[in-house]
Amino acid sequence: MAQIQTEEKAVKKGSKKKRAKKHPTEIDMTPMVDLMCLLITFFMLTTAFSKPKVMVITMPEKDNKEQKEQPKISEVRTLNILLSGKDEVFYYTGQAAPGKPMPRIVQSDFSKDGIRKMLLDRNRELFKKIAEYRDKRLTGQIVVADSTFDETIKEMKKEDQKGPIVLIKADTAARYKDIVNIIDEMAICNIASYAVVDIAQVEEMMLNAYKAGAPLTEFPRIVVKVQQ
Amino acid sequence: MTPMVDLFALLLTFFMLTTSFRPQEAAVIDSPSSISEKQAPDFNLMTIFIDKEGKVFFNIDNGMDTSTHYRTEILKKMAERYSMTFTDKEYDLFGRLSSFGMPLKDLREWINTKDSKDRDKLQVGMPMDSTDNQLGYWILYSRIVNPQAEVAIKGDADAHYTVVKKVMDLLQDNKVNKFNLITNMQKEEVGIKDLPPEQ
Repeated sequence: MAQIQTEEKAVKKGSKKKRAKKHPTEIDMTPMVDLMCLLITFFMLTTAFSKPKVMVITMPEKDNKEQKEQPKISEVRTLNILLSGKDEVFYYTGQAAPGKPMPRIVQSDFSKDGIRKMLLDRNRELFKKIAEYRDKRLTGQIVVADSTFDETIKEMKKEDQKGPIVLIKADTAARYKDIVNIIDEMAICNIASYAVVDIAQVEEMMLNAYKAGAPLTEFPRIVVKVQQ
Repeated sequence: MTPMVDLFALLLTFFMLTTSFRPQEAAVIDSPSSISEKQAPDFNLMTIFIDKEGKVFFNIDNGMDTSTHYRTEILKKMAERYSMTFTDKEYDLFGRLSSFGMPLKDLREWINTKDSKDRDKLQVGMPMDSTDNQLGYWILYSRIVNPQAEVAIKGDADAHYTVVKKVMDLLQDNKVNKFNLITNMQKEEVGIKDLPPEQ
């Protein structure tokens, strides 16, 4: 260990005592180094180094004044995902409307073989396109800046005409974690258009019926809740 | 061994000069994870915390440097609205604290409590029902004082989605439509090989 040595003092002439020959004093620095290690570890742990990561979501403008007409979207492409309770996710294709046969509810989960498999299957073309572009960039075949990369992916998503249009709806039993998980799946599967919207009363009834073991086969009579 | 000790001394000095203590958060929140890699902005950020039981807390920082005292300005506006007065010392203390969630009338007690443990006991949650929408006013005045502030929501994974939706509705009422949801990072590598076979 680092040592500090003191010079041996020369024996002064005329001093009565005869100084014994001293060993050079060594100061052991080990405790000091231990303390430094400790302090460094302390500061490393209390320093605010890790910045939290965020997931950005944008909601459409909320318009309280008028009930806008829902823009007409292709029924075949519509995919409704319903969240109800911890880790429970259901989906159905198309629209539930009077006069038409009721769409079939399918229960899924957040595992790899669950909702992700279904989403990948429905979004096959767009996903392949984006994944190939990403791989080309990773292997160095294409060299683009980060911003160009993001812009191109945005363009690909905008141009897409075949992928599902996902409407995410959550009822009162849903947890925050489920919403985050489903939006995450949207990002993983490169879904071009999705929106978080309010759950409709008919959908709540569909879920209740499904959970009770008797899925609805025809459009139920809606009891209109009157706001008083 | 001497170079090693020199290095330790250097590292220690570095950390001592660059460290800034993480502000104590109002409640323990277990965020859900996502693949998102975007980082939260360091300043000009308004954070709304939602814990497991649905209690809501609020935080806003003082801006980019010490010249802008946003927190003090916002508190002044709130005090004006609710006809309360705070001393200059209380404004100063408030400017240095972090996240809080309690009715405005209890805020003075919170500011003046010295011990952090006693302070935490007072964090009961911010009122945000339609009769007493204090959270709405905090958000409104924060946006007036600092229009550039972005909004982050840090919710517990097990929090009811209804509370989160209420907070988002409140934010949309204040014309905020872009939210940053704070999540833990979790990598998921999904590529072409994961595509299910075509049927």
